[in-house]
Amino acid sequence: MKKALRSFGFWLLVALVLLYLLFPFYYAVITSLKSGSAIFSVDYWPTAFDLSNYGRVFAEQSFARNILNSVMIATAVVAISLALGLTASFALGRIRFRGRATLLLAILSVSMFPQVAVLSGLFELIRVLGLFNNPLGLILSYLIFTLPFTVWVLTAFMRDLPVEIEEAAIMDGASPWVRLTRVFLPLLAPAMVTTGLLAFIVAWNEFLFALTFTLSNEQRTVPVAIALITGASEFEVPWGNIMAASIIVTLPLIALVLVFQRRLVAGLTAGAVKG
Amino acid sequence: MSLAQQEATPLVRPRVSATARRNLRTAWLFLAPMLAVLALVAAWPLLRTIFFSLTNATLVDTASYDFIGLENYLVRDGGEWYGLLADPEWWGALGNTLVFTGITVFFETVFGVLIALILNASFRFRGLVRAAVLVPWAIPTVVSAKIWAWMLHDQFGMVNDLLLRLGLIAAPIAWLADPNLSLWSVAAVDIWKTTPFVALLVLAGLQMVPQDCYEAARVDGVHPVRVFFQVTLPLIRPALVVAIIFRLLDAMRVFDVVYVMTGNAKATQTLSVMARQQLVDFQDVGYGSAVSTLLFIAIGLLTALYLMALRPDLGGRRQ
Repeated sequence: MKKALRSFGFWLLVALVLLYLLFPFYYAVITSLKSGSAIFSVDYWPTAFDLSNYGRVFAEQSFARNILNSVMIATAVVAISLALGLTASFALGRIRFRGRATLLLAILSVSMFPQVAVLSGLFELIRVLGLFNNPLGLILSYLIFTLPFTVWVLTAFMRDLPVEIEEAAIMDGASPWVRLTRVFLPLLAPAMVTTGLLAFIVAWNEFLFALTFTLSNEQRTVPVAIALITGASEFEVPWGNIMAASIIVTLPLIALVLVFQRRLVAGLTAGAVKG
Repeated sequence: MSLAQQEATPLVRPRVSATARRNLRTAWLFLAPMLAVLALVAAWPLLRTIFFSLTNATLVDTASYDFIGLENYLVRDGGEWYGLLADPEWWGALGNTLVFTGITVFFETVFGVLIALILNASFRFRGLVRAAVLVPWAIPTVVSAKIWAWMLHDQFGMVNDLLLRLGLIAAPIAWLADPNLSLWSVAAVDIWKTTPFVALLVLAGLQMVPQDCYEAARVDGVHPVRVFFQVTLPLIRPALVVAIIFRLLDAMRVFDVVYVMTGNAKATQTLSVMARQQLVDFQDVGYGSAVSTLLFIAIGLLTALYLMALRPDLGGRRQ
């Protein structure tokens, strides 16, 4: 009896936690499927299945273009971070040299920078380079978040690989570049998937730089586009559109997270990164 | 720096082997692209921001400015103090930032540990629950801020509706407009979004606690609550400390959730929000950079403390 009660208590707790974590997303989904004045009545169960909000998001603004911008930017950021992170982690993880620990510390400390601390400097830089209101400017600026943890996580993986792996290649006189691309690259694939995903999520979700360094609707990324959806007055905020747009940009992320759950958790706890 | 040291030491240490020198050259060659990018997008902009904080530069033309020393921070003019440190708005933003940090880090730690303990128990569907925990974390901050702004809407919001139905409140509450409540409302959203992160870090710590610790306690018939405080908590303390420090640093620079939910409202304005408003909306690069610089210094000091605590872990496990 006592055992049954305890088990019931445990499941109740699990249910409460799930409700807390998932309810807001569920509520956004059912809101996005309502239209007209139905939106303003509170319902706890799905009452309609109307996709017109989804249609309107694409019809009334350059949302498709915004999605394309976000995909392009996030993909480029992932590719550049992995390429630079890979070569750097080879040096930091496989070569003994002085100042290595200090360098790792310096790189890690970059990830602690508050974004606003580089805001005015970056603004100037981006304007000087002619990249204001240009996706390239965002790609460049996002490397400040993604490079440190990419280097960090890949270095940790590299360092943990046994010496024997490399020895045969060194005996054969293979250059460092060959060792990196032929020996380590295949072994690092899982770590690269993890860090790549984290970098993608960070770039996809970023808001402050995207808000500050873009100006026109066509150049905006998805988070900025959603934040700036407004009605003519406070009472005309199109909540249906906002919820629909929110679901559209969140679904791919949730799918990624569910598929790569284990890898992500491993990467998060290794690099202790927050998206 | 390291290179110079190596070059300068032969007198003390007679021979730097050819291999060592070649290694060093290779290492720097492989590091150079990454370091160049970080110098361009991190180090240089940071130095420029600190420099701008000593000028009266404006956003329209960042190229023409006067050097004004510390006037953005504090200056006495005609018997009155001016500058950040005499600006009630800055003190307000500092207070908001500290309150926000305190609230969020406290609740995220408590809820995070609780959820981690649940996930550490073995039960059916554990994988599913663990995946669910990642959902709030994966949702873009802007999106979670919008979803919660809708749920907290004073007229049509689901939160007021639920509380009214349950008879817990007599009239709808303006969660985001009432200056006494708005900071708490924004903090609640951050707690919802970030608790999973803390839970996962703590869970990783929990999974390293050897099972026989629990076995021994159970055989002795110790109450589970006492087991938690006397066995589990001390053992997961390192993981918990890392999680808390990461959260502290992150909460202190919060921008997205505050800006999307309440804009530049004074009741919730944090230092990051104030810095951006000065820089972009008021075009005052000098003053905005001063706000940023002080925030950077505060976070820098915290980071230094953190790195000192972490240091022993860095030499590499395989040496």
